Amino acid sequence: MSTITLDSKVPSGPIQDRWDNHRFNMKLVNPANKRKFTVLVVGTGLAGAAAAATLAELGYQVKCFTFHDSPRRAHSIAAQGGINAAKNYKNDGDSIYRLFYDTVEGGDFRARESNVYRLAQVSVDIIDQCVAQGVPFAREYGGLLDNRSFGGAQVSRTFYARGQTGQQLLLGAYQALMQQVSLGRVELHTKTELLDVVTKDGVCVGIVTRDITSGEVRSWSGHATLLCTGGYGNAFYLSTNAMNSNATAAWRAHKKGALFANPCYTQIHPTCIPASDEFQSKLTLMSESLRNDGRIWVPKRMDDNRPPDQIPEEDRDYYLERRYPSFGNLAPRDIASRAAKVVVDEGRGVGPLKNGVYLDFSDAIGRLGKNVVFERYGNLFDMYERITDEDPMKVPMRIYPASHYTMGGLWVDYNLMTNIPGLYALGEANFSDHGANRLGASALMQGLADGYFVAPYTVGDYLAGLLGQAPVSTDDPAFREAEAGINDEIKRWLSVGGTKSPEYYHRELGKLVWDYCGMAREKSGLEKAISEIPALREEFEKNVRVLGNAEGVNQSLEKVARVADFFELGELMCRDALQREESCGGHFRVEHQTEEGEAQRDDENFSFVGAWEYTGKGNAPVLHKEPLEFEFVKPTVRSYK
Amino acid sequence: MNLTLKVWRQDGPDDPGRFETYQATDVKDEMSFLEMLDNVNEALIEAGREPITFDSDCREGICGTCGLMINGQAHGPQKGTATCQLHMRKFKDGETVTIEPWRAAAFPVQKDLMVDRSALDAIIEAGGYISADTGAPRDANEILIPKPAADTAMDAAACIGCGACVAACPNSAGQLFTSAKLAHLNLLPQGQAERWKRTEDMVETMELFFGSCTNYGECQEACPKEIPIDFIALMNRDYLKSKLKNRKLIGQS
Repeated sequence: MSTITLDSKVPSGPIQDRWDNHRFNMKLVNPANKRKFTVLVVGTGLAGAAAAATLAELGYQVKCFTFHDSPRRAHSIAAQGGINAAKNYKNDGDSIYRLFYDTVEGGDFRARESNVYRLAQVSVDIIDQCVAQGVPFAREYGGLLDNRSFGGAQVSRTFYARGQTGQQLLLGAYQALMQQVSLGRVELHTKTELLDVVTKDGVCVGIVTRDITSGEVRSWSGHATLLCTGGYGNAFYLSTNAMNSNATAAWRAHKKGALFANPCYTQIHPTCIPASDEFQSKLTLMSESLRNDGRIWVPKRMDDNRPPDQIPEEDRDYYLERRYPSFGNLAPRDIASRAAKVVVDEGRGVGPLKNGVYLDFSDAIGRLGKNVVFERYGNLFDMYERITDEDPMKVPMRIYPASHYTMGGLWVDYNLMTNIPGLYALGEANFSDHGANRLGASALMQGLADGYFVAPYTVGDYLAGLLGQAPVSTDDPAFREAEAGINDEIKRWLSVGGTKSPEYYHRELGKLVWDYCGMAREKSGLEKAISEIPALREEFEKNVRVLGNAEGVNQSLEKVARVADFFELGELMCRDALQREESCGGHFRVEHQTEEGEAQRDDENFSFVGAWEYTGKGNAPVLHKEPLEFEFVKPTVRSYK
Repeated sequence: MNLTLKVWRQDGPDDPGRFETYQATDVKDEMSFLEMLDNVNEALIEAGREPITFDSDCREGICGTCGLMINGQAHGPQKGTATCQLHMRKFKDGETVTIEPWRAAAFPVQKDLMVDRSALDAIIEAGGYISADTGAPRDANEILIPKPAADTAMDAAACIGCGACVAACPNSAGQLFTSAKLAHLNLLPQGQAERWKRTEDMVETMELFFGSCTNYGECQEACPKEIPIDFIALMNRDYLKSKLKNRKLIGQS
């Protein structure tokens, strides 16, 4: 058993002064000394690219790693809708405090107040920074920035660049990163995948990577390591994540001692295109912004097979407007997703597989005209039509929830450092700011906040204490052992000689995780999953087939290690969901709901961060609890009625 | 539907490579082209044969990772569509489909259908940015950007860096990619200070890797984001102006 104590290092005092005071209290590194420090940044999405660029601008030596062929491919690029910021440009009553309040409430009172307040504070700087870099946000005719509203908020605080906001923000960060590469301050390693985190005397000293072009396994030493490697939504197999998005970096850090917090907090996004057949490889998201003008409905009775335009108004159930009159179609994601599941489970789903609900634009077209609707959503409509062969201007879209984002992740303190000194986690890879449910347009905000405005300060504070210490040599036994472990693992996968592909096992695992730990969870199902996942994993380890060899490009070899990690993580998700005997945000326990079917939180017993410690293969993980205190936003029942 | 696939297989950068023929059976209309290939790969693995290596990631047409020559067309037959967004309803039962990697000297094949596109990053590295270190810039609304300028910059910024423009060009030219980034940055007020240096640096870096533009226009036909060659004209204009410009006077309006 361990002696881990979870110190969140949250400052005290008035909440609006905490970050400023904390920054003032941090140690600084003088400019001439900064270049003596090496910082490893793993991942080049919003958090990673922003952190790498900013740390390099400050003068640190940065080495940056991505398994993609270019930093610009990171999955942040696929975010569509927008980024929140408390600018109050619309004069509709927004403020830093309101964004803070909405985020804490939207997260169902399971996030740290101090972190969320800081996020809301720096949101304002993010927009300024991005505009300075040339991010082409949407503008009004007068040349000012435009905003739109998003689920879970009653103000318009979302900045956007058509339906490609993530792309434009990532390209901004990527370009800043490439400038630092050109100046020689960042050493960029593409097609290089992290396979282990190396610790010595309990401190993170570097990483082990595999070059996925040549197959070379090698070590990198740094004074600090930042994991900016995204979430674990692909544990469900079918998700809106990219094909290669994986949890390996975070999971391997976990196996080296970093606690993994709130793995059961996963976000199921309400507006995705329903699966069309068993061999589908991934699901496609349709931006939540569509809910601004689209109305969601299903037929009132089961098995109503009439085409949508022949179902009269009185036979339609606009169930979000009915159940949540004040937020209506803009109810937060967790609520909208569960409501869709309820009507589909009742047999009122639409489409050939009866696995969707309608998102109907006919009222908006009637009110605003075809041109306005198409100008707002044209690119999304085109994408929808390419996939389904149906035109949403004529036939209502069909949508259904899908795994999209994971609020859980590596446990970090206020400085974004894990419980392993020198190892940080930024962006979706950490657990810190969204509680049990993330509001729309807040992922981009958090990724950039962590990368541009938080980690560059807090990492400096840690490095200041290491002045005069050379990084640990990669010839050190700590690195040699880690490398040998990875080489053994690669040999093992190549010699299994089974019959089924890694993809097959990923799909089978995904079905278990989705069925038992998806939108609705209950004790019996979770217990079943906890016994079935290890059994399937055992079969996988004996029967997976990885062809080819360790040298050169081998995509099956890349995949098999990621699937192995998803097996362990999927099991932990179920364990966490089982221990959390309450419903909150994205975590819905069937046993804990009100008579009306709404989530029932248990603040008395579960107002804590659940952080799991790895205790070795086959051993039960140990749960550590960080109590959550709410000094400013008093927990209430979230009501969007 | 059933299809015959002629697929380029190449074991590594130095292997001469060859076409191999596979059968894709029970292909559904609603499958994406890459899901069809996923199925072929699963069958290959079950038969003990190495799967076909190809790049893809987001499968939403935005990351730019995927890119195949399908029957000689970059990203296949559907206009404005990346390979991952191409669906099998565009093909007919019994058809033979030829699948190749991007072909360009600047994009060496790494394995099968996967190529190295780092030359595109080199162009961005040469100047595809606006210098704005993280810190305390002006309030975002202090910079007024007329809507048409912002919209056009966004049209150009929509480039996903897939390299289809290069693959489609008979000269393997990189003009459409380079001009899209230059237009994005050079059209914005924030991009003016570095406009001339950026233009020269990016164009001259491009010429180290890529062929010359002779206005075929194949690039805009192949572009999954339908970026027009008008931006190439803009780039040529700025390049010429830059060469004639006295940089010491560029602060004058």
